[in-house]
Amino acid sequence: MLLIHCPWCGDRAELEFRHCGEAHLVRPADPAALDDTQWAAYLAFRDNPRGWARERWRHVHGCGRFFNALRHTLTDRFAATYKPGEAWPEPPI
Amino acid sequence: MTRLASGGRIDRTRPLHFSFDGRAYTGYAGDTLASALLANGVHLVGRSFKYHRPRGIFSAGVEEPNALVEIDRGPGQREPNVRATVVPLVEGLVARSQNRWPSLRFDLAAAAGLASSVLGAGFYYKTFLGPGRDAWHKRWEPLIRRMAGLGRAPEAPDPERYANRYAHAEVLVVGAGPAGIAAALRAAESGARVVLCDEQAEFGGSLLAEPDAWPQLAADIARLRANPLVTLLPRTTAFSYGLQNFVALAQVIEAANGLRERLWQLRAGRVVLATGALERPIPFSGNDRPGVMLADAARQYVLRWGVLPGRNIAALVAHDTGYAAAFALQDAGAAVAAVLEMRATAPAALLTEAVRRGIRVLPNHGIAGTRGGHRITGLLAAPRNGDGAPDASRATPVACDLLLMAGGWTPSVHLFSQARGRLVWDSALDAFLPGKAREAVTCAGACAGEGLTPGLPVTLLAAGSARAPKAFIDPQNDVTTRDIALAVREGFRSIEHVKRYTTNGMATDQGKTSNMLGLAVVAGELGRSVPEVGLTTFRAPYTPTSFGAFAGRHRGLLFDPVRTAPLHDWAVGQGALFEPVGQWQRARAFPQAGEDMLAAVARECLAVRNAVGIFDASTLGKIEVTGPDAALFLERCYVNAWQKLGIGRCRYGLLLREDGFIYDDGVVGRIAADRFHLTTTTGGAARVLHMLEDYRQTEFPELQVWLTSTTEHWGVIALQGPRARDVLTPLVEGLDWADFPHMAVAECRVAGVPARLFRVSFSGELGFEVNVPASQGPAVWQALLRSGTPHGITPYGTETMHVLRAEKGFIIVGQETDGTVTPDDAGLTWLIGKAKTDFIGKRSLVRPEMLRPDRRQLVGLVPRDRSTLPDEGAQLIASAASRVAEGHVTSAYRSATVGHPIALGLLAAGRARLGETIFATNLSGPATPMEVVAPCFVDPKGERLRG
Ligand SMILES: [Zn+2]
Repeated sequence: MLLIHCPWCGDRAELEFRHCGEAHLVRPADPAALDDTQWAAYLAFRDNPRGWARERWRHVHGCGRFFNALRHTLTDRFAATYKPGEAWPEPPI
Repeated sequence: MTRLASGGRIDRTRPLHFSFDGRAYTGYAGDTLASALLANGVHLVGRSFKYHRPRGIFSAGVEEPNALVEIDRGPGQREPNVRATVVPLVEGLVARSQNRWPSLRFDLAAAAGLASSVLGAGFYYKTFLGPGRDAWHKRWEPLIRRMAGLGRAPEAPDPERYANRYAHAEVLVVGAGPAGIAAALRAAESGARVVLCDEQAEFGGSLLAEPDAWPQLAADIARLRANPLVTLLPRTTAFSYGLQNFVALAQVIEAANGLRERLWQLRAGRVVLATGALERPIPFSGNDRPGVMLADAARQYVLRWGVLPGRNIAALVAHDTGYAAAFALQDAGAAVAAVLEMRATAPAALLTEAVRRGIRVLPNHGIAGTRGGHRITGLLAAPRNGDGAPDASRATPVACDLLLMAGGWTPSVHLFSQARGRLVWDSALDAFLPGKAREAVTCAGACAGEGLTPGLPVTLLAAGSARAPKAFIDPQNDVTTRDIALAVREGFRSIEHVKRYTTNGMATDQGKTSNMLGLAVVAGELGRSVPEVGLTTFRAPYTPTSFGAFAGRHRGLLFDPVRTAPLHDWAVGQGALFEPVGQWQRARAFPQAGEDMLAAVARECLAVRNAVGIFDASTLGKIEVTGPDAALFLERCYVNAWQKLGIGRCRYGLLLREDGFIYDDGVVGRIAADRFHLTTTTGGAARVLHMLEDYRQTEFPELQVWLTSTTEHWGVIALQGPRARDVLTPLVEGLDWADFPHMAVAECRVAGVPARLFRVSFSGELGFEVNVPASQGPAVWQALLRSGTPHGITPYGTETMHVLRAEKGFIIVGQETDGTVTPDDAGLTWLIGKAKTDFIGKRSLVRPEMLRPDRRQLVGLVPRDRSTLPDEGAQLIASAASRVAEGHVTSAYRSATVGHPIALGLLAAGRARLGETIFATNLSGPATPMEVVAPCFVDPKGERLRG
């Protein structure tokens, strides 16, 4: 079981968290202005990196806050967790 | 008796009685079941998995592939596939052999040689393919189910208890052999909090078979015990090593109070793996007979348990440690018939010592075959040809009753590998050793190769064995060198594929003694080196771990939380039938004496339609939405228009996902300008809150709005029926009835209790939902029952609720919808706020796919014969013979109100097909003709709920 660093609560066990998909997807301000292809890209197309992934987590059985994380999809290592709205950190070399 | 008069760590003053296959035996405290059986001269302990070959005790530890027995401690405590080598002997132990019929000594399947001709490598795969499939089901599967397999699973519930503990340690040391004890002492005496665990009951590891080391061992253990920083966990196996030094330990406790095992989930600052090494067996014909044993295991039986497992022994030696074993058995009184040295020459010092002891050493020799039935009686010693194969034509017989195999050592890198540490091939030592670690882990002792010396390389150990008959590599799964070679000939190259095709290393021992040999045979067949072929992946658990340890306290009532509504106890008292809805237990119906559920539901439905019913709706999800931007937030999330909803009014809200499909629904009432009382489906409460929180926190963080789950705060009592107002009126204070139309909400008092009163209907009748603090629910319920008695008030359950809403065509999310249903499909377009430019899912609703006229739409269905009830989930087809589904039945009930069965369904272009006949498939007969009708069977104009 992973130890995950909630930006508000600190290190907590993985079972307190819920994974919430890719991070830094911004809901379009005016979805009606998008054509079907653009809307489909927002709705359904996701990165599936082999390596560092930016993703959302929620401390659902803790403070309830959503936050972002930089996690390696092969090793499960977390390089960083950070609050929504903050810029993503550079992945480690 | 083969018990020695002295020596070993057993306590000869404490005899213990036990039975094996019904026969009584005696051992001593300190014995394992295996050592006690050997002390009683019992070598035959089981039959093999596929071929039913007689099998004996192969090892002295966790790697044991053969000596699997059933331990019976009473009903529910019959444990199959227990390795006799790790079971501490206790008074009254009852053990049985497995996989034999009619008896261990005479097994019919083995006598007939039934399996060996058909169950070769890849048997299962070959039989599954092509025309063999049919034969598989009819012939092979029943036969194999009778023949193959191991122990019997217990049938009664396990009466014992299992516990769970989370723990932290600065240093976790796995393995209490010399390296582990040294590491634990060093860490603890430098001030670290240390946990030291070992799978055995006694600490010491290899030292337990080194009598000279016992005084120092005792002193070291005493030092550890005296140190308050140290936690000692005997009989505790570290079986899983996960990320961030998270290690799972299974501790066997067997306390008198019924506590059997404890699962530890431990996170360590640093892990020291001192897991030792396992001896390699040697592949040769007939190497699976009882009496063929790992050399060091035999040495341990002598020195640790005071048992002489053979009187006239032979040894097949590819590593120097084989001599130590032969010498130890000789010192204990055994004759040594021969030592067959596989290497070209024996090491000079060992050869000198052997000669001094009068032991015959045959260099460059192998074994061409063994003799014996239930125990080895002799072998054929044969010089090795150039390819390593023993030359049977030059073989000479050697009589023996025990044959030792000394094939060299394989470091136990299982846990290191589980922790994703890199393994590197050490060609000097001829073994995989821990390389680059990914965790804070140190390997110490033999598992790191320390103190090990090389013997004959494993490829040479296996050389020439690939053509030998019955040369077993994995005796538990009955995999031979020939099976491996066959797999390679059939084109399998990857060691992972060879493993799965032959099942080598896939038994309960997970290949502890077989993986390296299998690898060596594959390498030999392919002409590659061992590291080129590569290792299979090590996976948890290291050794078999009981389900009880994983389950812990999560059994019975504690398996999953049970949620009960405030009126639950009352409903139990009424003899209600219950159904689970998520974790909730809900009253499904209230049958009276002599009624079945159908009759009860019919009575309850008519009571609501004709008088008044009362229903516990407390499980509805409830979220309090507050803040100056509460209306704007709901406007952005739900399809409906909320900004203009008046205070004191409600609306039926519909929530979509961003993909445009219905996600949840529920009535939302506006309590104040900045306060909404939102309800969700019973099952959807948590996921709706999660979704709304997601948008609140991450998409609309600028909005001033807060969400609070109030599901458990409110008890909700629904009153439905034409007399509902009559029941309620005498109990209500502070309500302006004149301004309380359908879809209104007000804060008032009901039966003296502060309440939020909703005028809403999920039945189509005049209806109210009384929300009171949950603790007041029973009192208000009783008051309403008293007030309702003159009006014929009738409690009803969820089944009646379902029928009533279906009669009105009201959907249930998750029943009429399945994640692919749009508002238009469900006939709910009217809910969408016309002027809204955006809400969650709006953009998706105008995708071309969502606008197709042939989408499946909600319709009502009535059987043409007015009597057949279709199955929920039945497919809708155009003719009785059609195989093309055009929709499906989502709900179907017998309706007492309408007088015949009714159903709801989703049907392609359904709204344009009213009056057509469609057929509902029927699992047990011809399809049922159904008339397509509008999805409303009672009061289509909706006059009754406004009454
Ligand atoms: Zn938190």
